[in-house]
Amino acid sequence: MTLGIFLQHLLNAMQWGSFYALIALGYTMVYGVLLLINFAHGDIFMVGAYIGFFIATFLLGLGAGTALALPSWVILALTILGSMILTAGVGVTIERVAYRPLRERGANRLYLVITALMIGLFLEYLNLSTLGAADRGFPELIPTQVYTVGGVSFTNIKLIVIGLSVVVMIGLEMFLRRTKIGIAMRAISYDKVAVPLMGVPVNTIIAATFVIGSSLAALAGIMYGSAYHVLSFDMGILIGWKAFIAAVVGGIGEIRGAMVGGFLLGFIEIFVVALGQVPGFEWLSSTYRDLVSFTILLVILTIRPTGIFGVARRQKI
Amino acid sequence: MRKPYLPLVVLLLFVVIIGGSWLRIFNEYWQLVFLFMGINIILTVSLNLINGYMGEFSCGHAGFMAVGAYVTSILTVWLFAEDKVFGPPVLPAAWAIPLFPVALIIGAVAASLAGLLIAIPSFRTRGDYLAIITLAVNYIVKSAIENMEFIGGPRGFVGMKRVMNNMADVFNAPWLLIWTFIGMIITILIVHRFVSSTLGKGVEAIREDEIAAELMSVNTRRIKVIAFMLSCGLAGLAGGLFAHWPGGYINPGTFTILKSTEVMVMVYLGGMGSISGSIISAIGFTLLLEVLRPLGVFKWVVIPLLLVVMMLFRPTGILGNKELSDVFPRLRAIFGSEEESYALASD
Repeated sequence: MTLGIFLQHLLNAMQWGSFYALIALGYTMVYGVLLLINFAHGDIFMVGAYIGFFIATFLLGLGAGTALALPSWVILALTILGSMILTAGVGVTIERVAYRPLRERGANRLYLVITALMIGLFLEYLNLSTLGAADRGFPELIPTQVYTVGGVSFTNIKLIVIGLSVVVMIGLEMFLRRTKIGIAMRAISYDKVAVPLMGVPVNTIIAATFVIGSSLAALAGIMYGSAYHVLSFDMGILIGWKAFIAAVVGGIGEIRGAMVGGFLLGFIEIFVVALGQVPGFEWLSSTYRDLVSFTILLVILTIRPTGIFGVARRQKI
Repeated sequence: MRKPYLPLVVLLLFVVIIGGSWLRIFNEYWQLVFLFMGINIILTVSLNLINGYMGEFSCGHAGFMAVGAYVTSILTVWLFAEDKVFGPPVLPAAWAIPLFPVALIIGAVAASLAGLLIAIPSFRTRGDYLAIITLAVNYIVKSAIENMEFIGGPRGFVGMKRVMNNMADVFNAPWLLIWTFIGMIITILIVHRFVSSTLGKGVEAIREDEIAAELMSVNTRRIKVIAFMLSCGLAGLAGGLFAHWPGGYINPGTFTILKSTEVMVMVYLGGMGSISGSIISAIGFTLLLEVLRPLGVFKWVVIPLLLVVMMLFRPTGILGNKELSDVFPRLRAIFGSEEESYALASD
């Protein structure tokens, strides 16, 4: 493997890892605050991508509507903003309608997990039964340009995806450290009994968590659409489960963990496939991707049972 | 002394279902529904051991089902059927009838050995991290099967229909349904006996507080290994039975997270730590799937909504942590041991 090909795969891995990382952030934030594995999150990603698709086609006049002749950067900005806001609305609605009543009744948290799974199924099949099984082609919001530097070719979209997700992650980290809501989120994940007694409005903070997590998933959805141009009703299932695994491997509840776990999974998946093209490793066909990547993750979890950044909580008896 | 009514009821059910299927009173469609009911009961009751009684969150039950399904069906096809890969049958078809349960047991043993894959990490890991390990094991099993070309890889494995036909040629009886019924009864008995035993109390102690249980000299490692291997082995039994369904094929796509989700839904719907709840919800869920079949794809919009609404009204599942005999004490007076009914009468 020459350096050029290595860098090529590295860029692919970073783009692929960005999606995992952005979705894993939503898992890990909700988990930190609620101790809830929000299994509907992968499907929120799908909802975000579809909302973005409908806004973009409407603005571009591809559907029944007429073209508004807006400059392309306005359309891009409106698509991202609109999709993030609407998807955040979906996320908060799910929390308000399905999770909060259960939480207030003191149900075992595993019942919440099952409810989340059901919400995910509901979103998938609502999409399938109303929009049909045909895949949708995501419109090209930014004209694709291919650059070649020293034998490594990459598109502008790839750079934007990687850059934007890094910026978002740094911004989120700043938000959690500097703002009042961010500090309250970290406080609640640290102590779920004492912090509400200190006058922190728990339900508001939880709603804010869902807003941030869902809008990040929507952003990931639009970036996914722009990069691969194919949307399907089940696009969120596999990527969602894998992002959850990434979040846990990084140490669930930890923002840095989600980023590292997401990129790690992206790297492993891309490089297992890439290694199959290297002489001497031909037996490693791309069908081994899941087998190898999950075995590596299993080994990591066996060595560090609480993930890479996770801290083992001391238990009182 | 135990009153004989409960075994009698079970025997009656056996006679009605098997006899009805034999005499074609139940058509093939109903036989299939009964088959899936039995398999779902085995899966749900066995998963309830881990997710309900032990309080862990295993979401990879379909992976162990896959191990059992493939091992059992490879054995039966190799031994009793003409096959492109495995050649002519090794044993005469008449042997298939007594040896079929042996193949099932070997499949179950293989699945319980695969269960060690999650039992050993569970010594150090708990809760959501263990959930991920089960999830990863499910993916690993599915991916491993997809990469085994000699058993069909992603296209799936066929030939079980010939095995069932050979068995039916020797002696015509609804063999699969018979073994599913027996497997179901054995599963319920084993899990019931296990959770009522000293070991079973240890399982519940682990759920309540693992460290305290260990301090009280509960051998948590031993109990975890036994519980995981038992549960996974029973899932393998269900898989072995499922592999011989009239459709005649299995493929790795059958044993995905979605299948595991289905089993989890049945466990939590019935209530954690309730065997009778699991049985009721497995039967109910199977029937619900059939009743809503005319809706087509829209079925999967209605079912999750129904379940979410049900969770809101009964946040502990149908029976919660109780058994049917706790909710209706009169059942115990009819079916329980005589001491129990005396105790009830003196209350």
